Amino acid sequence: MAEMWVNFGPQHPFTHGLWRLKVKVDGETVTDVEPTIGYLHRGVEKIAENRTWYQFIPYNDRLCYVASIAWSEGYIGAVEKLMDIEPPERAKYLRTISFELQRIASHFVWLAAYAIDLGNFTAMLFAVREREFILDLLSRLTGHRMTYNYPRFGGVARDAPIGWEDRVVRNLNRIERKMKDFIDLMTENETFLKRVQGVGVLPRNKAKAWGVTGPVARGSGLKTDVRYNDPYLLYEEIGFEPVVMKDGDCYSRYMVRMQEIFESINISRDLAEKMPSGDIQIKAPKKPPEGEVFNRVEVPRGEASYYIVSNGGNSPYRLKIRSPAYIHIQSTKVIMPGHNVADLPAILGSLDVCLGDTDR
Amino acid sequence: MTDINSLAESLKKKFADVQVEVKDGRRAVAEVPSEQILDVMYFMRDSMGRDYLASLSGADYDDRIEVIYLVGSYSDGIIFITKTKLPKGNPAVNSVVEVWPTASFHEREAAEMFGIIFEGHPNLEHLLLPEDFEGHPLRKDYKWW
Repeated sequence: MAEMWVNFGPQHPFTHGLWRLKVKVDGETVTDVEPTIGYLHRGVEKIAENRTWYQFIPYNDRLCYVASIAWSEGYIGAVEKLMDIEPPERAKYLRTISFELQRIASHFVWLAAYAIDLGNFTAMLFAVREREFILDLLSRLTGHRMTYNYPRFGGVARDAPIGWEDRVVRNLNRIERKMKDFIDLMTENETFLKRVQGVGVLPRNKAKAWGVTGPVARGSGLKTDVRYNDPYLLYEEIGFEPVVMKDGDCYSRYMVRMQEIFESINISRDLAEKMPSGDIQIKAPKKPPEGEVFNRVEVPRGEASYYIVSNGGNSPYRLKIRSPAYIHIQSTKVIMPGHNVADLPAILGSLDVCLGDTDR
Repeated sequence: MTDINSLAESLKKKFADVQVEVKDGRRAVAEVPSEQILDVMYFMRDSMGRDYLASLSGADYDDRIEVIYLVGSYSDGIIFITKTKLPKGNPAVNSVVEVWPTASFHEREAAEMFGIIFEGHPNLEHLLLPEDFEGHPLRKDYKWW
């Protein structure tokens, strides 16, 4: 049969955002793909060069609209290293807890989208419902529902309301109990397993060559996690161990994320139970001195890194953002060829892309 | 755990022109002449255990354009911030796609944002910007208003 190019996107439910996948098909078989991005490009790196260090915090939040606290931590941590300051103990606890809560919320968005991609409407509704319990905690803490604008240089914007720690424990206990629903609906569902097991295999050596990070890399058997390799905030004290699966297929990536939800529940519940009292903010300088800094954090999708050059001025001289989803979209070129067209949503959903930070 | 000082020593010993400065236990800065970049990248990947290119980007200074390669590893937290300086008139450097396939998107982005020419890259078309966009928006002399 003659080969031809088919466009998926930019407006297509399977793309999970605004981008386009050109697929070369031979009958039902995919022989080549060509991702095209840039539809959401706002020039965030240029915006940063024209805003003060503090003004850029809310812009940075809007990089990834489902994991904004995680991205804030990357930028705030980088500038704190430049300023050579460290937040007080209670602020570190609040930041680590909100970071892990954000990971749970983001993984629930992924789970909802993945469920509906594979035709499991009930699991999608359940995942969105459970996510609401996390957003409730975060909005009580920060005053916002999705773009939080919460961490600050040398601390956090506001203290937790009275009784917040108990509510964290209570809500997380509920979510942990309800996770059984997803095991019944998805993990032990034969129809689901047939669509993900052995599909979209990314072998270990290719995962390395194509630079994937986060759950995608851990699904391919690479024991890599910034929280483990290059710890920040409280992760060194927690003694964190990443979840690793070795098959590299959609099922491995699914299982890594599902286990990470449990892991994040444990981390944030433990921290909430032993939260110290004290200051939440130290006085930070208006601008950092001259210098260069590299800082990276493990956002729910993988490794986000900031490379910042400061010339001692009011705004960053150069700010480079490394997005994990950018690399995962590129890696569709090695994962997808050879599969049926009907497998593409299953593969793409397991990569969990977010176009806000991909295009910047 | 791998020791950053021994890695830096091995890099210095192999390449006389490369300047290496260890910042702390997990960060080192290496300055590489632009014509040696491919050799250094191969050496880092094959002999120093740096199997992960985190990112690659440019930076525009008054007198030069820098390309910054952030080279790390999947098994430890050590990052080599590898820089190479290019003249403003002709910012050309060898592409590292043959060492790291992941560099493809990064190099396309750096090419459109800074006008850097990556020699040997298979397809240096615009990535984030529209195809007919003129100019290099992350250069300091770009007029955006």
